[in-house]
Amino acid sequence: MPTLSESRSREIVRAAGVAVSEFVTASSADEAVSAAADLTYPLVAKLCGDRIAHKTERGLIRLRIADSAALSVACDELLAAATPEDGEVEVLISTMVDGNRELIAGLATDEQFGPTVMIGVGGILAEAIEDVVFRLAPLSDFDADDMVEHLSSQKLLDEFRGEPAVDRASLRSTLVALGTLVDTNPEIVSVDLNPLIVVDGVPVAVDALVEVRS
Amino acid sequence: MSLKDLDPLFNPRGVIVTGASTHPGKFGFVSVHNILRCGYEGNVFPIGREAGDLLGLDVLTSIDQVPEGQADLIFICTPPPLNEDFLRAAARRGVRAAFVAAGGYGEADEEGAEAERRLVALASELGIVLAGPNGQGVVSPPASLCAQIVAPYPPAGTIGVASQSGNFVSSFLNYAGHNNVGISRAVSAGNAAATSVIDYLEWFAQDDATNVGLAYLEGIEDGRDLFERLRQVSATMPVVILKGGRSASGARAAASHTGALASDDKIFEGMAAQAGVIRADGVQDAYEAAATFATQPLPDGGRVAVLTTVGGWGVMTADAIARSRSLELAELSTDLYAALDEKLPPRWSKNNPIDLAGGETRDTIVEVLELVAADEGVDAVIMLGMGIQANQAALMRSGQFYPDHGLERIVDFHERQEVRYAEAAAETSRRVDKPILIATELATTAPTNAAVAAVSATGRLCYPAAEHAVRALDRLARYRHWLDR
Repeated sequence: MPTLSESRSREIVRAAGVAVSEFVTASSADEAVSAAADLTYPLVAKLCGDRIAHKTERGLIRLRIADSAALSVACDELLAAATPEDGEVEVLISTMVDGNRELIAGLATDEQFGPTVMIGVGGILAEAIEDVVFRLAPLSDFDADDMVEHLSSQKLLDEFRGEPAVDRASLRSTLVALGTLVDTNPEIVSVDLNPLIVVDGVPVAVDALVEVRS
Repeated sequence: MSLKDLDPLFNPRGVIVTGASTHPGKFGFVSVHNILRCGYEGNVFPIGREAGDLLGLDVLTSIDQVPEGQADLIFICTPPPLNEDFLRAAARRGVRAAFVAAGGYGEADEEGAEAERRLVALASELGIVLAGPNGQGVVSPPASLCAQIVAPYPPAGTIGVASQSGNFVSSFLNYAGHNNVGISRAVSAGNAAATSVIDYLEWFAQDDATNVGLAYLEGIEDGRDLFERLRQVSATMPVVILKGGRSASGARAAASHTGALASDDKIFEGMAAQAGVIRADGVQDAYEAAATFATQPLPDGGRVAVLTTVGGWGVMTADAIARSRSLELAELSTDLYAALDEKLPPRWSKNNPIDLAGGETRDTIVEVLELVAADEGVDAVIMLGMGIQANQAALMRSGQFYPDHGLERIVDFHERQEVRYAEAAAETSRRVDKPILIATELATTAPTNAAVAAVSATGRLCYPAAEHAVRALDRLARYRHWLDR
């Protein structure tokens, strides 16, 4: 089933109420530099398009861009890396978000139970740890809190390495927002917010991928 | 979906049994035997190929010989080709429910599946509620009914069992017999052609005899529908579910067993939590959970006091409470502390777990229990160390020195004390409306121990280990939390 570009995916989840890192899009280096004028460096740039679901594997992400000159270079490189199969592409520029904790959240459609919302521990060990909890969408506030309480890694949600505890209300509203997407956008079959980086206790999506029915 | 009327299945005025046989190994014999053996008081009409006597009953050769309006239930032990005619004849005599124990339907082959579809359509047309086919039977102690092709017949109680596999019905009923926390209704759904586990649970929820549902599920046909209906049922009655097909290999086995799909475990887990369902890990665990809901009040919160006569058990129990999701050790209020300090010798633990440190006199345990259970800072109590006195009594009673040397008297005293503790636990629990759970390994290792027997006599479960009691209590608290959401 087709996926939407990261910028389109971010717009959809943001409209539902998910906190996403600040971002702009541009189709050229010059446009990128002026569009990013209001963002605080360092920045991230990614090549983005409906047919680009996995950027890391193809090296389509530039991190820690320090200034507008570096941004211009990064954009030129990314646009040059596009292949004809990628179709229409653009560059997505977003702020760098820093936090020690990564969560993963999403929405998936189960054959038996229909749309489900997931929360889990993210990061590179996520698949090995498999600390994930599901509920059926839509979620009540109770459901969202309850699923967070059912994560095994509760200590990760408390104060951690000098960072404040994860704000449960923000996490709750993120999950509830994910759960509303199937009603507001019935064409959606899945959503990945991977990762959700915890910044000052608030989970912020720094990537989003929405999959829709063909 | 409207509620199915299962009253004729669980409270029939009379039962017709097809396939009646004088061969004691045949289903048609065993089912008639079990119905009579377990004291069913309604009329039983065996239908067989030849007239004659079966366990004192006249075998009829046609359902048409059954007097009109005398039977509500037909229990079918005959192969598929005969059963559509039987169903029509039964409907003419006023029968409103059919339990089809016979196999050879959807579980067998495509021809069987076709026969099953026809049977479902016919039952619906005749207004007969259809249970099975390929099911083990239906048990209903309030009606003294044991229409099953296998044992056992459980003690009466308030647990309603519905299972997608007959074996689990037997397992749950066996636990009920062993623990004396009994059953209100039990049914094996078989192929669940027309009536599924959730249909039974919905009926149990409005059944006065049933206070808790206990179900075994394998394949799920419509998950969303199941979720919505379970959530409704849980609002009136706690439901404990044991789910087959949990691991990948289990899922494959389930698929081959029922032909239905097993859903992803994590999603089922989440669905269950969201619907207020108590999910069990195994058959004994499921029974203990159901027996807990059947016999203990729901706590207002998760603050637990542990009352123990010996230290080590208290420590282990405190650890289990710390690991639990919904429980914590209650803090002893100043008033409670002072009151306990007055009753107990100076070496008592001065903390929760409340370790009596062997300092109890004749009345200490009962008095301390009442103080602790009544305290506003305590939502539930776990009692440990019961049965020690009776265990010593058993050793004395069975030895060569009994009854001399004062042993008769002390044995009587020990055993009477144990009965007092058990009765005080049940009585106090009812009075203060808080759960009080007693745990001892003697429940398993010495079921005739006076303490274990006394707990059973109060109608409650004697937990086989403290961690079982903690787990049971955690589920009570969790369900309460869900109800209050």
